[in-house]
This record gives sequence, C-alpha cells and structure tokens, in this order.
Amino acid sequence: MTYKPELLTTAGSIEELKRLMDAGADAFVIGEARYGMRLGGDFDPAAIAEAVKLAAPRGVNIYVSLNNLMDNNVLDSLPGYVRSLSEAGVNGIVFGEPAVLMTVRAEAPHIPLHWNAEMTSTNYRTAEYWGRRGATRFVLARELNMDQIIEMKSATKLQLEVQVHGITNIYHSKRSLVNSYLDHQQDSGRLEQLDHHRGLYLTEDERPGERYPIYEDANGTHIMSSDDLCMLENVHELLEVGVDSLKIEGVMKSIEYNEAVVRAYRQAIDAYMADPEAYAFQEEWLDGIKAVQDPNRELSYGFFYKEQVY
Amino acid sequence: MTTAEQTIPRYKGKRNRLDRPELLAPAGNLEKLKFAVHYGADAVYIGGQKYGLRSNAGNFSFEEMKEGVEFAKTYGSKVFVATNIYAHDEDIDGLEYYLQKLEEVGIAAIIAADPIIIETAQRVAPGLEVHLSTQQSTLNWQAVQFWKEEGLPRVVLGRETSFAEIAEIKARVDIEIEAFIHGAMCSSFSGRCVLSNHFTDRDSNRGGCCQSCRWKYDLHVDEEQLYDEEADPFTMGSKDLCMIDYMPELIEVGVDSFKIEGRMKSLHYVATVVNAYRQAIDAYFEDPEGYVLKPEWVEEINKAANRPLNTGFFLDTPGAEDHIYEPEEKAAPYDFAGVVLEYDEASGIAVIQQRNHFKPGQEVEFVGPGGRFFKQTVGEITDSEGKVLDAARHPLQLIRIQTAQPVKPMDLMRKRISKK
Ligand code: SF4
Repeated sequence: MTYKPELLTTAGSIEELKRLMDAGADAFVIGEARYGMRLGGDFDPAAIAEAVKLAAPRGVNIYVSLNNLMDNNVLDSLPGYVRSLSEAGVNGIVFGEPAVLMTVRAEAPHIPLHWNAEMTSTNYRTAEYWGRRGATRFVLARELNMDQIIEMKSATKLQLEVQVHGITNIYHSKRSLVNSYLDHQQDSGRLEQLDHHRGLYLTEDERPGERYPIYEDANGTHIMSSDDLCMLENVHELLEVGVDSLKIEGVMKSIEYNEAVVRAYRQAIDAYMADPEAYAFQEEWLDGIKAVQDPNRELSYGFFYKEQVY
Repeated sequence: MTTAEQTIPRYKGKRNRLDRPELLAPAGNLEKLKFAVHYGADAVYIGGQKYGLRSNAGNFSFEEMKEGVEFAKTYGSKVFVATNIYAHDEDIDGLEYYLQKLEEVGIAAIIAADPIIIETAQRVAPGLEVHLSTQQSTLNWQAVQFWKEEGLPRVVLGRETSFAEIAEIKARVDIEIEAFIHGAMCSSFSGRCVLSNHFTDRDSNRGGCCQSCRWKYDLHVDEEQLYDEEADPFTMGSKDLCMIDYMPELIEVGVDSFKIEGRMKSLHYVATVVNAYRQAIDAYFEDPEGYVLKPEWVEEINKAANRPLNTGFFLDTPGAEDHIYEPEEKAAPYDFAGVVLEYDEASGIAVIQQRNHFKPGQEVEFVGPGGRFFKQTVGEITDSEGKVLDAARHPLQLIRIQTAQPVKPMDLMRKRISKK
C-alpha cells in the first residue's frame, strides 16, 4: 500500500469548503454543535449531503464530528442523525464517547469511526481498545510530543491523525463562565453584546502578551491556546513515520488565513511525496502563513518538542 | 447557598445492588483512612504510588494498603484505589504487577478512567472490581450501558449530571451509580482541562494540575479590557459541592454511592464531613417519612469547609453565585487542635495528641462519631510527666486535659480561631 498522507481541515460553510478544496485539502471535519464540539460552523444533514456531493468526485473525504459529551436528551435524536449521515454517504464519524460508538455500530456499521477524546487520547493501547470496538483512526491529544507520536505510529495499525496547525482547546466546561462573570459584574447590557462574541480573550498577569481566547456556545465555555501550533517546518518528520492524517484546525480563523495555511502544507506535502530524499523545506511556504498570522499570536511547536512532568 | 430553598421534584429511582447507599470517603494516608472509617465511611478510596491523579497526596505503599484494608474490615468497610490517570504509553510498564498487588492486599475496587487500565485489571486481577472514574465524564445512560456491557459493576458519573438525568440513567440501566456529593470540583469537564500543561508544562491528566482554574484573569474584548483593576477579576474557580440539604432526594433517586472529594484534605475535614453525612443517611433510613435535616450537620460541615458551598449541577447549571470571584477567605473559623488517644473515666482526664497550638483558657469543641459534641474551655494542661504547661506547642505532643464530658479515643478536638 502506498502511503498517501491526508491533509485534513475544518470548514464553516459550503463556500469555505469549496475554497479549501481548491487550496488543496484532502478531507474535512464538519458537523453541527448539537453533536460536535468546536466546529468551524454548522452543517445540517442537508448541507453535509451537499458537501459529500461536492467532495466525492474530487476524492475528498467528509468526516462528521460527533465528539460532544452527550447528555440523555441528545440520545433520542442520535440514531436518526447517524442514519442521515449514512444516507449522505459520509466517509467517517468522529466520536469521543461510547454512546456514539454504540449508535453507529447499530445504525451504520459501515461508516469508519475515528476516536477523538480530545486531551484524553494519550496512548495507543487505549486507542486499540477502541479499535477492537470499531475505531479505525486515532486522533491524538495535542499534549503529546514527537517521540511519543513516533512510538505510537510504529506500535499500532490504526490510522493516526495529528494536528499540525492552528489553535487548540485547553479548557472546556459545561458552565457559562463568561455569562456568569458578566452577571457578577452586574453588566447584563454587555451580556447581549458579547454573547458568543469571538473577540473575547483572557490574560493572566504572569504571562504578559499571551491572549487566551474564550467563548461560549451551546456546549459550554471553551478556552483556547494563546499560540497557534505550526509544524510546517518539520512536517517531514511526521511524513517520515507515515502519520496518516495531518490536521489544520481552522476554527476562529478567517477563510483567507485557512486558505493560506492549507496551501502551504499542500506544497510541503507534495514536495516531500514527490521525492522524500531530495525534500528540503522552503522558507517561502512559511512566509505565506506569516503574512496572514495575527501578530498577537505566536506560531509555535506546541508540545511536539516538550517534556512534561506531573 | 442560594438554591437551598428551591423545591425540586422527587425522583424515585432504584438502587440496584445495595440496600443502602454507600458513603465513600477519601483518605490521603493511613491515619485518615482510619478516621474516615471510624466516623462512618462504608468505603474509602486511596491512592497508590502509581497511576493516581493526586501525585502529592501521601500515597499508600502496598504494606499500608494491607493495614488499611484490615482496619476497614473490622468496621465492615472497603478500600478502593484510584488508578484514574489517562496513561501515556510509558506508564503502562508495571501496570499488571501493580493491579495484581492491589488484588492481593485485599483492595475491593479500582477507580479507573483509561480503558487500557480497565481492560488490564479485568484480565490480570479479576478479583478487583473496576469502577469507571468521573474522569470519563459519563453523562448519559447509553454510555453507562456501554460500560455495563464491558463488565463494570459501577460508574461514577460526570459532575455535570442533574437529578433528572440521574433518574433517567437509573431507570434505564441496572448498574451501581456513584456520584460526588461533597468537595472541591474541577470547573471543567473532568479530564478536559490542560491549563496546567500549557501554563507550566505539568500534565493535568496525570496528576500535575496546578489549579490554574482558580487563578485570576482579566477579560478583554478586542483591544479593550472589560473591567479595571479595581473590579473582581475573571476566574473559572467553582464553589465547593455540598449536598447535605438534599439527602432524601439523593437517596430516593437511587444513587448507590455518595462520594466525598478530598484525598488532600485534612483528617479533621474528612472525619467531620463523613460524620455529618453518616448521620443524615442513618436518620433517613431510620425514619424516611420523619426525616428532617438537622442544623448541627450543616454547622459541622461549615466548620470543616475550605470554601463557600453550592449544589453543583444537581439542580441547575451553576451561575454567577456558584463561582468565587471575590477574594477567598477561610470559610471556617475553626482549626483542628488535637485527637483523643485515651480517656480515664475515674479522673475525667483525657490524653490528647496535639495537632495545632492550643492553650488554657481557649474555647474548644470535642466531636465524636454519631454527633457526640460538647464545648468547653481548656483548663490546666500537663505533659505526660505531669508538668503543667502554658500551651500545647509541639505537634504530636501528648497533653493531659480535664474534659467536661466523657470522650473516646479518636474523638477530635478543635479550637475556635480568635478573630483579631
Ligand atoms: S485547573 Fe481546575 S479545572 Fe483544570 S484540572 Fe485543575 S482543578 Fe480541574
């Protein structure tokens, strides 16, 4: 089997999806907030079906995210939703918890399952546990480093998906923490204005210059990283070990930004695949990203080259 | 607690395996284990030297576990071990041996989140029950059903489940349900916080959390800081959970095990909190119809509390009043002062092991299991040689003191902190 790494990204609308396909994306994760977490925008089943229709002829895969922490209420509509995804012909379902796994097995066992429990997907043996129950792909937590990724890739037959670019979530609560705080300030006028506002961020005195975006949606409060992961310079390290899917996280970014990022990674991947031996990183690829990068957000290697303690 | 007066519908659920709910207490070390059991815990959970999320709690060696299990047995109580990390691959070496040892020393159950630990335990230590940790954030009945089918006898629900959701889960799945009813809480979904990883390179999900959710932050929108330095800063810090006002509801909804948080908490905290809930549960079962919440239980809990209290997600989603925006002050004006080791009925003299400075003239309280309680002023104190002391200054020093009423070994003595 020849190795063909997948360049995966997110999209907020059909329009964005088209533009990002043109920029070189091989696959997308889309969905709606009722079932999926931190998405670029809402795609209802009809829009998902349309996305599949646009993508399939170009060999582009559409995966749907169902990785919310589900409560009892969502379960009633879950089987119908999974059937509609099956009819739409999606190429994969992303799950984080057993209720979704059980439902997909019952309603649409042919749809490949990707296990993504966000920051708790940290070892391949647990991934294989989900693999024995139907998962074909393992979406790695972002807090792992390169050595761990390399070890996992050699240890498991499951497909590995690794985020290479963009913002990451660092805290998720069911609580409405922004609303609570504004309430505490007795500033409910602001509440209306700011609700779901995506320009909100936190700072902390000891960390000058770091801005941690925070927002609320139907799934609670999300706090995001102050830097953007960027593995472009070293993406060949992931390609060398055969990582199956490289993900560009597009949430909280403009379409122009995401286009530039997808284009840059496309170039790097294509250059590597054309001739791995002769591959050399080209500074100009990164320049394309730097040109659109928010100056307040550093590009970083995330946890790829870190050791953590506990 | 602003929601205390609110009336909620009484959900009737079934408790499937246990005729009474279990009161499950934390124990950070062997001594705390003994006190938790003595004050009425039906089971305690502890941490071993590996695989637990409290890397700083005085974790148990296998020897200590064995002693703890034997002590607990004399009260008919059980010992569970938290093995609730999300493992990284390098953590897996030694797991089998560790789990087999737990089984061998008589541990009744492990509390695990990572399926690889669950599966390994089922394979190599079948005598250990496996309880699914709250770290899995299990919130719905179908997920509970899944874990039942995987052979788990018990699921600890995510802290985000309400009474109504618990009732539905109990109605649909025949499995033991454990719920946190008291203590500090992550304000995030369990396991879904890596603030510490990002801020300090310490891994939250392997016990490295440095409580970043309780730090102070400033909230901005675009280039504007929303509130100035005078205003209370933004925080994610939650008030602590306390469900003492809702014991009948918890019992009737069918929760099988009531869990108290706090492996890092003091002996005084654990004993006091367990004591209150023990009495509430026993009072309910003695006379469900005639049950009334006794103000003493609430008072006792408040004397141990570290933070303001609330009811979490049981009644509704926490709002402004459930988070701690103001500067935190110590909630309870009491301090643990000593433990009774012996009591001589003829003379009325008790031997107290000092745990905090106290001196003659100070007002103290004695507390024992079942709600035994009295106050007195400290009279003359002497050391074990009979030498009169002006104060009990040294930790673990043995002090003789005349008590106003009979006391028993393992009774606690606490002092009021004088307001200056
Ligand atoms: S920082 Fe707070 S929410 Fe995060 S893991 Fe620690 S206690 Fe939990």
